[in-house]
Amino acid sequence: MNADLTGIAYLVAAICFIMALRGLSSPETARRGNAIGIAGMVIAVVTTLADPGVVSFELIAAGIVIGGAIGTVIALRIQMTALPQLVAAFHSLVGLAAVAVATAAFYAPEAYGIGTVGDIKTASLIEMAIGTAVGAVTFTGSIVAFAKLQGLVSGAPLVFKGQHPLNAGLGVLLVLLVVWLCLAEAPAAYWLIVILALALGFLIIVPIGGADMPVVISMLNSYSGWAACGIGFTLSNTLLIITGALVGSSGAILSYIMCRGMNRSFFSVILGGFGVEGGLAAGGDDGERHVKAGSAEDAAFVLKNASKVIVVPGYGMAVAQAQHALREMCDTLKGQGIDIAYAIHPVAGRMPGHMNVLLAEASVPYDEVFELEDINNEFAAADVAYVIGANDVTNPAAKTDTESPIFGMPILEVEKASTVLFVKRSLASGYAGVDNELFYRDNTMMLFDDAKKMTEEIVQSL
Amino acid sequence: MKPEEAAQSAADAASTDPFIFLFTVFVLAIFVGYYVVWNVTPALHSPLMSVTNAISSVIIVGALIAAGPAELDFSKVMGFIAVTLASINIFGGFIVSQRMLRMYRKRR
Repeated sequence: MNADLTGIAYLVAAICFIMALRGLSSPETARRGNAIGIAGMVIAVVTTLADPGVVSFELIAAGIVIGGAIGTVIALRIQMTALPQLVAAFHSLVGLAAVAVATAAFYAPEAYGIGTVGDIKTASLIEMAIGTAVGAVTFTGSIVAFAKLQGLVSGAPLVFKGQHPLNAGLGVLLVLLVVWLCLAEAPAAYWLIVILALALGFLIIVPIGGADMPVVISMLNSYSGWAACGIGFTLSNTLLIITGALVGSSGAILSYIMCRGMNRSFFSVILGGFGVEGGLAAGGDDGERHVKAGSAEDAAFVLKNASKVIVVPGYGMAVAQAQHALREMCDTLKGQGIDIAYAIHPVAGRMPGHMNVLLAEASVPYDEVFELEDINNEFAAADVAYVIGANDVTNPAAKTDTESPIFGMPILEVEKASTVLFVKRSLASGYAGVDNELFYRDNTMMLFDDAKKMTEEIVQSL
Repeated sequence: MKPEEAAQSAADAASTDPFIFLFTVFVLAIFVGYYVVWNVTPALHSPLMSVTNAISSVIIVGALIAAGPAELDFSKVMGFIAVTLASINIFGGFIVSQRMLRMYRKRR
């Protein structure tokens, strides 16, 4: 296949990818979009296989069959609650693949037409170094994110003295190594860049805590795109550049949306350590404050007499796998003519859109699920707000207490409902380490139990 | 100067550096990505991540070229590894997206 034809086929593939993302603007067009995306990938692969440089197909076939089988099995078996760690794991693979491709190009530049060994164009070396460094950072960063989400290591931020100067120093060193690589094209320089970037990815994510993972995953999503771009520049491949830029900007927008949802700057999240020192504030002088606790029967009675109920799910619902019991409860209530809606905070859960997927899994229709800005005004008209597994995102202190670490964060105004039913195991503070004054309000009834168990008991009492 | 030479030098003057061409594509793609992604409904942000994850594995095209030559050397091994890793992502990413998207239903 000649180069012009290849270029046009790559353009078609790029358009397919754009249409795949475009389809996600509504659940009705999303499935077709996904199919178009798959078509784009097939076009890209077939076109490349027709390249005159590709003459041996055994290893390629083996790689696609092995990789395809592993990917298929994982994707079919994974539980929807484990989605965040799956995505983190997948990001790490993109990062590692980028490193492998850059390495291949470094040792066999002729195959890509960027020079010969020992005489690679300087521009290509810079692009190669960027691609491999971003890929390596994505790889180890995603591994750490995966370990935190999977619970292999503690989700608590790991901070130590001199962390930021160390990272900055490593960053400067990385730039110097790139200069060395360009001047001498030494393999040692190349491998030091890889090793340093691997260390940097690890160090960057380690200080970031569990509930900041939505930002981290989005950021790594973005990095995996930029890594693809770097490789695209190295190989002068427009398809890689376009796709990498799409993915890179997508991840960046998601990070921005997540940060806005917490009213935190991107840098404060990246610098990490949130919720460490705040732990003390929760222990204040609330020993005397009165908490109204209720049973499942009490909750069922309140729910039965309501005419409008808004459900606020959070990460606790995912942990307890309570989404099916919750849908059952809401179906029973709907059967009695009670109006049901779900309110989703942008940072609820451990990845963007996490709650929406879990509710969809439990067969909750997506037109009953609303985003914060669309439903916040309706709490005042609701009889019951049923908060299940959420905490910080409902804390009124975010609006009133300028001293609070979460001040300014947009919250779901559940306190405006006539009654707030709060399903929670204890009065412990949430991720931000802030006491929630909602627990002590007169119109709040605390339901102390596991989210799933409590919801099932309510269903029985209804 | 012969006419062919004159035509050649005119073409050289008019053509820009290949990097500028690639950079133009890059910047325009960021703009396309920006506007397309802001249009994605927040309810589908999780599938957005898995779809972008799958399409970023288009890095497989670079891996295929590395794994394609006849003789077996270090680069070919790297290419094979990259093809395998990218394939996990492509199959895994698209299938898990499809699984998620199938669950989104409207009220009956």
